[in-house]
Order: sequence, then C-alpha cells, then structure tokens
Amino acid sequence: MYISVRDRPGADERAADGTRAARPPVGRAVVLLGIVSLLTDVSSESVSAILPLYLTMVVGLSPVAYGLIDGLYQGVSALVRLGGGWVSDATDRPKWVAFLGYGLSAVARVFLLFASGAAGIAAVVTADRIGKGIRTAPRDAMISTATPTEHLGRAFGVHRMLDTIGAALGPLIAFGLLWAIPDGYSVVLVVSLAFALAGVALLGLLGPDVRPRRDRGARAAGQTGPTPPPFRWRDLGDRRLRPLLVVAGVLGLLTVGDGFIYLALLDHGGVNVTWFPLFYVGTNVAYLFLAVPIGRLADRVGRSRTLVLGHLALVGAYLCSVLPTSTAAATVGTLALLGVFYAATDGVIAAIAGRLVPVQARTSGIAAAQTVVAVARMLASAGFGLLWFLLGPAAAMATVATLLTVAIAGAATRIGRLDRSEVTA
Amino acid sequence: MTGRARVVAFVAVVVVLVAAAGFYVLREGREVRAQRAAEPDTAQAPVDAVADGPRIVFRHTGIDAEYGHVAMVGLDDPSGPRAFTDVVCDRVAARASGASCLATERGVATAYTSQQLDADWQVVDDTDLPGIPSRTRLSPDGSLVATTVFVTGHSYMSTGFSTATEVHAFDGGERWGNLEEFQLVVAGEEVDPVDRNVWGVTFADDDRTFYATVATGGRTHLVEGDLQARTLTAVAEDAECPALSPDGSRVAFKVDVDPGRKVVWQIAVLDLATGDRAVLEDGPRGLDDQVEWLDDDTLLYGMPRRDEPGVTDVWSVDAAADATPELLIEQAWSPTVVP
Repeated sequence: MYISVRDRPGADERAADGTRAARPPVGRAVVLLGIVSLLTDVSSESVSAILPLYLTMVVGLSPVAYGLIDGLYQGVSALVRLGGGWVSDATDRPKWVAFLGYGLSAVARVFLLFASGAAGIAAVVTADRIGKGIRTAPRDAMISTATPTEHLGRAFGVHRMLDTIGAALGPLIAFGLLWAIPDGYSVVLVVSLAFALAGVALLGLLGPDVRPRRDRGARAAGQTGPTPPPFRWRDLGDRRLRPLLVVAGVLGLLTVGDGFIYLALLDHGGVNVTWFPLFYVGTNVAYLFLAVPIGRLADRVGRSRTLVLGHLALVGAYLCSVLPTSTAAATVGTLALLGVFYAATDGVIAAIAGRLVPVQARTSGIAAAQTVVAVARMLASAGFGLLWFLLGPAAAMATVATLLTVAIAGAATRIGRLDRSEVTA
Repeated sequence: MTGRARVVAFVAVVVVLVAAAGFYVLREGREVRAQRAAEPDTAQAPVDAVADGPRIVFRHTGIDAEYGHVAMVGLDDPSGPRAFTDVVCDRVAARASGASCLATERGVATAYTSQQLDADWQVVDDTDLPGIPSRTRLSPDGSLVATTVFVTGHSYMSTGFSTATEVHAFDGGERWGNLEEFQLVVAGEEVDPVDRNVWGVTFADDDRTFYATVATGGRTHLVEGDLQARTLTAVAEDAECPALSPDGSRVAFKVDVDPGRKVVWQIAVLDLATGDRAVLEDGPRGLDDQVEWLDDDTLLYGMPRRDEPGVTDVWSVDAAADATPELLIEQAWSPTVVP
C-alpha cells in the first residue's frame, strides 16, 4: 500500500523528465563518494586504532589526559555538523563544504606527526573530528541528490558498505605496519596521511559538483517553476521532518553504545578480553555485507519502516548479549544483530531526512537528523552507565530492551505517515 | 580542466602519494631495523655482576637492540654499567624475590599480559590484562602484586577512559579482584558512586594496607586501602599515583597544579602523621608517572624526552619543597629500587 503511494512522486517525475528514467539505480557519484569515504576511513581508523598505544608508549601521556582530549570534541561535533549543513545549503555547494571537511581532517594528520604533549594532540584530534562533523551531511546530501528517490536506500547502502570496508581495513593496515616495523608509529601516521590525501584528491578532482538547488531549478525550468528559493531556517521546521526527528530522538535515547553490549558479552565469561577489538571488527563485517541488501529492502518495503523495525535487531542484540546460551552463539548472534541494526538505520535515516525537507534545506535536514541521533545516543550511554551499575548487566540490558520495544511499538504508529510523506526529488 | 585531465591529475596524485609513502615506509623500516640492531651506547655489565647487590631495576628506553628490555644498575652507581635481561616490559616492579612485568603483545589484535617473574627472570605465572599497561607495584616483601591498566574505548565514537586496578598474590593464590568493588568511604561516610576509577596502588609492609587514587565526580582522593576489610578510606584530596616512603611515614604523589582543561602535574609529599603537605615547587612540571622512593628522602620518576619520541630518562629529586631535579639514569623508565 505505502509502496505505490510513496513511489508516486518519483514516478511522476520520471514522466515529466525523460533524462531521469535513464539514470542507473546507483550512480557513479555514489560509488565515487563511497571510495572517498573508504580511503578516509582507512586513514582515520588506522590512527584511532593505534592512538591510545601511541599516546601512552611514545608521547608518554596517560589516558587520563587522553580522556580529556576525547571529551573535548563531543559537543563541538554536533554544532559543527549543523553549521556545515547550513553553509552547504546556503551556498548550494555541498561538494566543496565536504571537501573542506575532508581537507581539514587530512591537514590535522600532518600536524599529528609533529604534535607532542596533551594540548597539541587535543587540538589535532579536535580538528579531525570537526572535519568529520563538517563533511558528513554535505556528502550524504550529494548522495541523496545524485540518486532517484526509489533507489535511495540501495545507494546509501552501497556508500556505507564501502565506508565500512575502509573502517575494517584501517586497523588491519595499522597493526600490520606495527608488526613489520616495531614501534613504527610515525610510519602508520604517514601512511594514514597518504590515504587521507588520496581521498581528498579523489573528491576534489573527480567528485561531481552536485548542486541540489540549481540542478532542481534546471530540471524544473520550462515545466513547473523557477529555481527553489535559498535556504531559510524555517525550512528545517518542515512539518514532514519533525516526526522523523522525534522518532529518531526517542529511539536514540534507548540506543546504548556498542561498548556496553561488548562488555555484556565479556561478562558472559569464557570470552578472552583480547577479543574485545575483534567484536568491533565482527560488527563491521556484518554491517558491510548487509548494508546493500537491507538498503534495497528499505526501498521496497518503506525506509521509515526499515528504520523503526531495524531497532528490533538492536533489541535482539541487547537480549542476545546477556542470554544464558553458549558464549560462541551469543557472540555471533549479537554481532550479526548489531550489523543488521546499523545496516537498517545509519544510511537509511540520511536517505529519509534528505527527502523530507525542501531541496534547498537538504543538507541541513540530514544534519539535523544525524545530530539528534548522535546527541540522543550520547545521553543514552551516560544514563545506561548508571543503570548498568545499579542493576548489573543482565537486568540493565533487559530493562533497556523492554523500553526500546515499547518505543518501537509507539514509533511504528508513525511509520505510515512518514513513509507516505510527500518527498522532494 | 576537462574530465580527462582530472583523471590524469588524480592518477598522478595517487602515484606521488604511493611513491612518497612507500619510500618513507621502506626508509623508516630500514632505519628502525638498523637502530634495533645497534648496541646500546651505555657501558654494559653481566646480570650477575649487578643482580647480587642493591640495585635499581628499570625499562631501558634507548633506541637500540635492548629497547624495552628490563635492565638494572647498581644503586651506588646509577650512571655506571647496566645489565640487560631478556625480558621486555612496558612497566616493571621488582623485589629481591621476583618481579611483576606488564607487557604488550603486538599483533592484529594487540594483547596485554601481566607476568610474574622469579629472581632469575623466568616467567612463573601470567594473566591477560584488559587494557593498556599503566602501573604495577609489588609489596615490600614481594608477596603482593598490584596492576593498573587503562581500558580505552575502541571505537571512533568512544569517549572517556576507565581504569582497571587489581591486586593479587604473587604466587597466583588469592585474588582480591578489581578495587572498584571495595567499599569506598569518603569523609566518614560510605559512598557508592558509579563513576569511580581506582589507580596507582602502593603497598605498606603489613601485607594488608595500601594506598591508591580514587577518582569520582571530577575529584581525586588519596585512599588508604585494607585488603582484609575490602575498604578504601579517603584520607586526602587531589592526589594521584601515590608512593609510600620505605619508612611508611610519607606519601608522594602527583597533583594537578593547574586545574581546568589542561593537566599540569607536579609532585607533592604528604606527611601521614601531621597531615603537612608540600608541593615540590622547583620539581618537575608535567610529569606523568607513579614516583618511586629511592630512599626515605629521595624520589625517582620518569620523564619523556621532548625531542626524542619513545626515549625517557629517570630523574631524582629530594622530597623537599625547594629541591631541584637531577638526571639519574639516562634512557630509562619505570624505575624500581631493590635495596
């Protein structure tokens, strides 16, 4: 039922605009942006894998100081994300705003080579995170603009798959280099810098200069009207976007960090602590294999439905991590379910948000949704820490699983309206 | 630029990056291998020559064939010949009867272990550690081991840090577990904060009493611990990584003298009987180590060299407000005194 209704705007547009029908489901632009993300993730994840070791062993900084560093960027990141979205919309130049974000992170890696002492490294790490905050929403807006509405889920799936391949390769490359060259931290930093620069060059030289507002105007010219008006903050208050923000915020408040789920698995007993980093790899592997199939499923059955029901996989992961089954079964089940959860939510929410606001506010809309999710999850982890301590792992997980199930049931009543919302091509 | 020119430009950029990074990797690889094959530039002695007398045991940090190895020098001649063992540790604590060694095992999934070694530096017991080695201490008679590691986040979105500090018998018998589970008493009241972290244990000589740092609510406390009662009782504020003097009368620790965003640690000494507290104003600034007592009046600590990553030195300073530090052992870290 929803499917036909939801697909109608896209279908109308195809009828009105012959060139759109010829566009492949996942365009060159999406694959290219995916490779940019892959290169950048190899770069950032190879550094973050060795950073704690590098700081303690080489710089002689204890993680007490490192904790301070890490805490610095959390608030900054949310603000920057919204700012990046606004600039991207105001200038109608998402490519160059994203380029600025990728570039800033690459430049930060140069300085990391020379930084010593807590303050220097804090500045570099913060610059890196600011770069990530700036680039995410404009890049997703480019994917959104370069893809026909009916294939958005698949396109974001392809992008997230490539992105996650990079995230999985980064630590492998870093530890491989450290294994070959003992204490060769500077080698890891240099190789990481090369990957970052390659990503920036790929985006700058070959990235499509997607102009959501102008392209829309050009397509519309002669048919329905002029170029859409410039971005106004009012566009963000769009009636269609608000329910998504509420749903994402409520579900996000019950999404505790992966770290807790992994800790619950460790609590199972029989799991060696040295496996801890591998949990992260396992989740990534599940995610990268599922991103495209679940993205395609979302295109068929409704993206908001996938987003909301995808949280059932998270409920499953919560329960699986504390169920008194065999440790092996609990581990594999939990990691696979986490992979399903990410595949059903991370790219999908960007796909939805980009279509629920006028085209001139597309980046801001995506940024708003991602910020709501990030802030809600931060609060969730803080609150869950308390619950964990008061109730113990099993009861805490069961509690949050119950609450999340209730929230999903509540959110499910909104799915219909969200999936039926008129979309902006 | 035409589309074709852009493709050519991108390929050129990639070729340059691969060549530059590849050149650097190969050059560094060769250089590191050459450095790691080099003999230390300090005078050397056989282990037997040093191990029989009073000595300082430490981690050697010269970039050479002995990098990371446990070494020792005579207590009366710290800058003299050093004897190298085959044991590699990130942190080491030693007594005449044996040593505790926290080590990193490199690999695709890097692992950390805590090893107990006998007087001949042979491993007698080892256990996995849940994070990056930070501190280890032995009780004066060597019968108790304390370890502190940092359990850091492992994902891109991680925040904060937490410590895991454990105490167990050297012979692998009794284990007191994570000290976070001990009953915490602050200002005479039992408290149960969620955000507590414990680190930096130092033992008294009764195999029961110890001191450590407890952080909660953004403050640090010096606590006196009791292994039998399983309690931690706060005795002072703003104190990290305590070290109890050999005569048990004073505790040295680091304090953040510039509270706020930036952390600048200096050494302070607390007289346990009188409660008098003195910051070593002319002592080191920005140290990040658990100090060690050389004797009842002198402290040891490690400092990284600013211009040589990975290289550290051990300094000594009198436990007095106006004392100035002196370089004691070059290319050394994690000193521990075996009288």
